[in-house]
This record gives sequence, C-alpha cells and structure tokens, in this order.
Amino acid sequence: MQVEKFYYDNKIVKAFGYATVIFAVVGMLAGLWAALQIYMPSTSLNLPATTFGRMRPLHTNAIIFAFVGNCIFTGVYYSLQRLCKARMFSDTLSWIHFWGWQLIIASAAITLLMGYTTGKEYAELEWPIDIAITLIWVVFGINMFGTILKRREKHLYVAIWFYIATWVTVAMLHIVNSFAIPVSFMKSYSWYAGVQDALVQWWYGHNAVAFFLTTPILGLMYYFLPKAANRPVYSYRLSIIHFWALIFIYIWAGPHHLLYTALPDWAQSLGTVFSVMLIFPSWGGMLNGLFTLRGAWDKVREDPVLKFMVVAITCYGMATLEGPLLSLKNINAIAHYTDWIVAHVHVGGLGWNGFIAFAMLYYLVPKMWGTQLYSRKLANNHFWLGTIGIILYAVPLYWAGFSQSLMWKTFTPEGQLKFQFLETVTNIIPMYVSRSVGGGLYLVGALIMVYNLVKTIRAGSFIANEAAEAAPLQKEEKPHGNRHWHSWIERRPVTLLVFSLIVVAIGGILEMMPTFLVKSNVPTISSVKPYTPLELQGRDIYVREGCYTCHSQMIRPFRDEVARYGEYSKAGEFVYDHPFQWGSKRTGPDLARLGGKYPDSWHYNHMDDPTTMSPGSVMPAYPWLLDDNLDTASTRSKIRAMQKLGVPYPEGFEDRANEDLMQQANSIVESLKKDKIETPANKEIVALIAYLQRIGKDIKLEGTASN
Amino acid sequence: MSVIIILLIASISVAGLFLAGFIWSVKSGQYEDDYSPSSRILFEDTTTDKPSSSKP
Repeated sequence: MQVEKFYYDNKIVKAFGYATVIFAVVGMLAGLWAALQIYMPSTSLNLPATTFGRMRPLHTNAIIFAFVGNCIFTGVYYSLQRLCKARMFSDTLSWIHFWGWQLIIASAAITLLMGYTTGKEYAELEWPIDIAITLIWVVFGINMFGTILKRREKHLYVAIWFYIATWVTVAMLHIVNSFAIPVSFMKSYSWYAGVQDALVQWWYGHNAVAFFLTTPILGLMYYFLPKAANRPVYSYRLSIIHFWALIFIYIWAGPHHLLYTALPDWAQSLGTVFSVMLIFPSWGGMLNGLFTLRGAWDKVREDPVLKFMVVAITCYGMATLEGPLLSLKNINAIAHYTDWIVAHVHVGGLGWNGFIAFAMLYYLVPKMWGTQLYSRKLANNHFWLGTIGIILYAVPLYWAGFSQSLMWKTFTPEGQLKFQFLETVTNIIPMYVSRSVGGGLYLVGALIMVYNLVKTIRAGSFIANEAAEAAPLQKEEKPHGNRHWHSWIERRPVTLLVFSLIVVAIGGILEMMPTFLVKSNVPTISSVKPYTPLELQGRDIYVREGCYTCHSQMIRPFRDEVARYGEYSKAGEFVYDHPFQWGSKRTGPDLARLGGKYPDSWHYNHMDDPTTMSPGSVMPAYPWLLDDNLDTASTRSKIRAMQKLGVPYPEGFEDRANEDLMQQANSIVESLKKDKIETPANKEIVALIAYLQRIGKDIKLEGTASN
Repeated sequence: MSVIIILLIASISVAGLFLAGFIWSVKSGQYEDDYSPSSRILFEDTTTDKPSSSKP
C-alpha cells in the first residue's frame, strides 16, 4: 500500500494556545477582582461595569468559555489530527472557528460589563451572541467530523469519543436553554418561566459542567497523559466502559441543583439517584488516569507536565466524590447557598481544568517549537504556587460554608434565630481574605508560566506544518472526497439514522416548545398576578445588575429559613418570572419575601450606600440607579413580549402601560417624599423599589383574603 | 412542569444518539482490540524531513 505524506496544521493549535494563555490570565484577574469585592466593596469603584454583579458573570464566562473553551480547542486540534492521522478537514473552517470564537468572547466581555444579560447563570449572553455561538459550534462540528471521516486510522481512539459526545451534547444544551423571545437587539426574556426555567437552566448548567468542563478534558487527559508519560493508558477497556457510562448517566443529574426548592419532589429524587450513580464512571476515569502512571512515579518526580496531571486528576476525583455527596438531600441542606459550593467548583476549575490546561501547554509548546522547556525550575515553582493556591482557596471556603450554614440554622434556647444574616457574612470575612490570597498565588503561578512559555517560544523555531506519513484507510468503496456527501451517507444506514434522529429531535423540540410552555404557565395560585410595567422594568434592572449572583429568591421549607425570611416558596409564585431569579448563593440574604419588609426610603438609601442602612454590609453601592433615567420607551415591547409568552396582560395594555407605570412611579415618589427624599419619578431607582416591594407579596395577599 | 417533557425528549434523543453510536462502534469492530489502540498513539508518525512552511 502506498504511504501517503501529509502535514499536521500546528498554526491553528498555536493560535488557540495563545488564546488559552491570554484568557487564563484575563479570567483569573476578573475572578480575583470579584473575590476582593466580597470583603472590600469599595473595590467595585462605584462603577456599574466593575461591580460584583457584572464582574462575576464576566469571570465565570471568561474562565469557562474563553479559557477552558480555547484550551479544549487547542487540545482537540492538536490531538485529533494525530489520532486520525490526517490534517484538519478544512483550514478555512479552522480559522473561521478560531476568529469566530474570539469575536464571541470579545462581544461577551463588552456586553456583560455593559449589563446585557439574560440573568441565567453560565448562560448570561444575550440572544445575538447565542446565535453566533451556535453557528461557530456548527463550524467546529463540521471541521471535526470532516477530519474524522477522512482519517487514516480506522480505530477511533477513546479521546475522539469524548470529543464527539462533547460536541453533540453542548449543541443540544445550548439550543434548548437559550430559547428566548427577543425584546430588542440586546434584550430578551427566557421562553420558560419560574420552575420550568429553573429546571431547564440547571439541566443546562449541570451538563455544561459535564460536557464542557469534564468530557472534553477527559479526552485531553486520555491523549496527553499517555503521551507525556510515554506509556499506554492503564486499561483501554475501562476507558471505553467509563466513557459510555459517564455520558449516559450525566444527562439526568441536573435537578440536584434544585433540591428542597419548589421543583417537584420526584424530579429532585431523579437527579439524586443519577448523581449518586455518577461516582462509578467518574472514578473509573480518575483511577484509569492515576494507574496509567503505575511504575512511572519516578517520572512524575521529574516532569512538571506529569505533576500537573497528577494533581489535576486527583482534584477531578475529589470533585466527583463530592458531587454525589452534595446531591444527597441531607448534605445539600447544609451546603446549598453557602460558599461550600464555590469551593467545590473551584477544586474542579482550578485543580482539574486549570492544571490539565497548564500540563497541556507545557507539553505542547516545546514540541511545536522543536525545543526544550526554557526552565523546568520555573514550571515547578508554578506547580507549587498553583497547588498551594488551590489549598488556600478551597479549605477556607469549605470552612466558611460550614460556618455560614450552621450560623443560619442556630436558634437560641428561647427559639429565636441566634444570628442576624449580616453576622453570618462578617464572621467569614477572614476566609474570604484567604481565598483571594489563594487565588492570587494561583494567578502568580500562571504568570510565571506565561514568562516560561514566552522564553521557550523565543528559543525555538515554530513548526507550522509538521510532516507525517501514514497509509490510507482501506475502504470497500472509493474515497468520498470528490463525491457528494449525501451519497456517502446513504451507504451507511446507522450514520443516516443518527443524522435523521438529530433532525427529528431538533424539529420536534422546536415545534412543541411554544404550545407546551405557554399553556403550562397558567397560574395555580389565584392571587399571583403579573408584574406591573414599573415592576417589570425594575425587575429588568435587578437582572441587569446581577443581583442573583449574591441573593437567592427561594425559601426552602426549613425552620430557620421560614423564621428568617417568611413562608417557604411555592412553585405557583413564579409563573410570570421570565427568567427565574432563584440564585445559587447567599452572600446576601434571600429576597423571596422582601416585598413590604422595609419602607421605600430604606431601599432608596440602601441602594445609594448599603452601609447607612446596615453598618458593616459588604454589598456594593449602586449610586447610578439614583441618577439614571428609566428607559420607558422599551415598556411597550416588553409588555408585548410577555403577552406572547402567555402572561395575561389585558389586550391593548401595552399602549396604556406607560401611563400605569408613571402612576405607580408617582406614588412611590410621594412615599419617598414623606421620608424627606426628593427624586424625580423617572429614575431607575423608583422602578427597582417598585419591584423589590413586590417580591413575594402576592401569596401574602391570599393569606389575608382567606383569613 | 410540562417543560420536563421537552427535556426528556432532548435527553432521550441524545441518549438515543449515544446508543446508536455505541452500537455502531461495537458492530464495526471498534472495540475488538482493546490493547493496541492505547499503545499505538505513543508512536510518532512524523517524518524527519525538514519542517516546511509551504502547504501540502
């Protein structure tokens, strides 16, 4: 058989690699800044763009989609070519993918800082960017599957299976969760409301962890770990078994993010059962990774690449042990809404994702530049700074989580709550400080890596096209290169079935979604009414400022929560919430029953400077809300959009909405005047007060009516 | 809670896809050999010829 000569494309790998390094630093800086704000609110600079509620989504999006995203693409573009013994399917598609993705990142950074957000965690980007992501993801898919089809190696190595599962599932998750009705160019409302929105969101959120932060990284592990250690993976059979088990089980675990909430119990239990099962495939991967190094521990002592790998895999093991545990209701009751969860995700993020990325970069750069790593000593320093950073980050936050939870739940012998909410926050500030020190060390380590890599690159010469030789795949039929793709697919019944399934599934979902959802939003609690136009505008400000990043709106049926916040939350209360704002962390108190708790003037002063109303508060100030004018021009289209989603505003209400809005605004201005606060009615703060005074009130009305 | 139906449809179709992929991979003999694939990736197929800047 004739051996073919071809060239691997290293240039695209280099581009994605550079992007990985840049966004690692950017994402970590954003994280560090956000971490400082938690105990030094003044570091928000009192600017809208740099306040925690916008910095935190910037941090999470930058780390997940920019840093880890580019890391995945770096690794996939490098390993897929070598595993398939073929150059990427199309250089043009590679570069469209690269620049498209970087453009998405840039627009994400700008829009998030400007306050354009859907208000759904890890899916904050607005609809035009969501569409762009879908398109670029398809480009990536065509390029990947094209390469797989023209491969010269019949066997698909296990890493490729991980890449395929990643692509398929992320595509589905992104499309289903991003369903929204546009109000304007950069504003939309989630198609789903309340409980439904929460379920879709955490089905997405959980699987984003599974299929963006786990499966592709496992694929990278299965390529780069054996290569770096120069020995085959411990058990290839185990890798196959744990792969299929992992992807089949992962999709069902999402509801464990909503334990003890208003989600129906059976859905919660379903999530728990699958989450507990997940330990087996997860640990299958972890053990397979660690056992690959059996008899090679002397190499681990020497080689920084393997050091990073070992800690990464260990962190993966710890995080995936913790995940099933946190999915048990009794443990979740302690951990949920506390900083324990933040520690948990950072063991995964800093340890697993970050360290695999660093290992890969330390392996790839010398290889692609045909040289040795500039300094092994610096890489070792990076390793230790990173590892100590993770420990200093995670351990105090676990401690903080326990302290918080125990303090929330402590009663005095007389049966009163022992601690004010604020005390539970100020108590853990030392832990917040330590966390930011840990994060800072981790960032310093990354900067050392940047220096080390730059020096390595300077010393080497880049191999843009790496020559390789392999025999072509022997096929029963002629190569499909110059044939139509369809004739190729027709000769493969299973492939055809798969493709038609995709089409049918997408079509079916698109058709059914509107009918299902609009009908199901019929309220089950008669006193729950749609938001008034002013409240709706206020709610959009609440979403824009990212209040959900610190405040939950979901009172769980626990004695302490009912005593602290009021009646526990019911599913029927959220039927008009597009999007839901249940939140996932309580750095501030729950707001589900905030309405009517304080006078309007309290909110006015509190937003201007929170410490005047609650001394010692770590909440940032929002002075611009007092100065900025409310955009009433959007009211009409907002009401129209809500009507389309089935919110029962009377017909023609969109035309009267602004009258109604001004009327309510004037009444708030009057009430503020009684407390000697003068403000024009058209300021954003008025709308926000209207919303804050409404939250959770409807059900109280029912209580008084039935009494 | 009707959205659960959509999630079920989406999840089951992806699971179905995975199942199809699994059946295909087993039937096409992908897993008949569970030893050599893990070793094969360790061999370099790159040739020693000078790195070229020209496209193939």
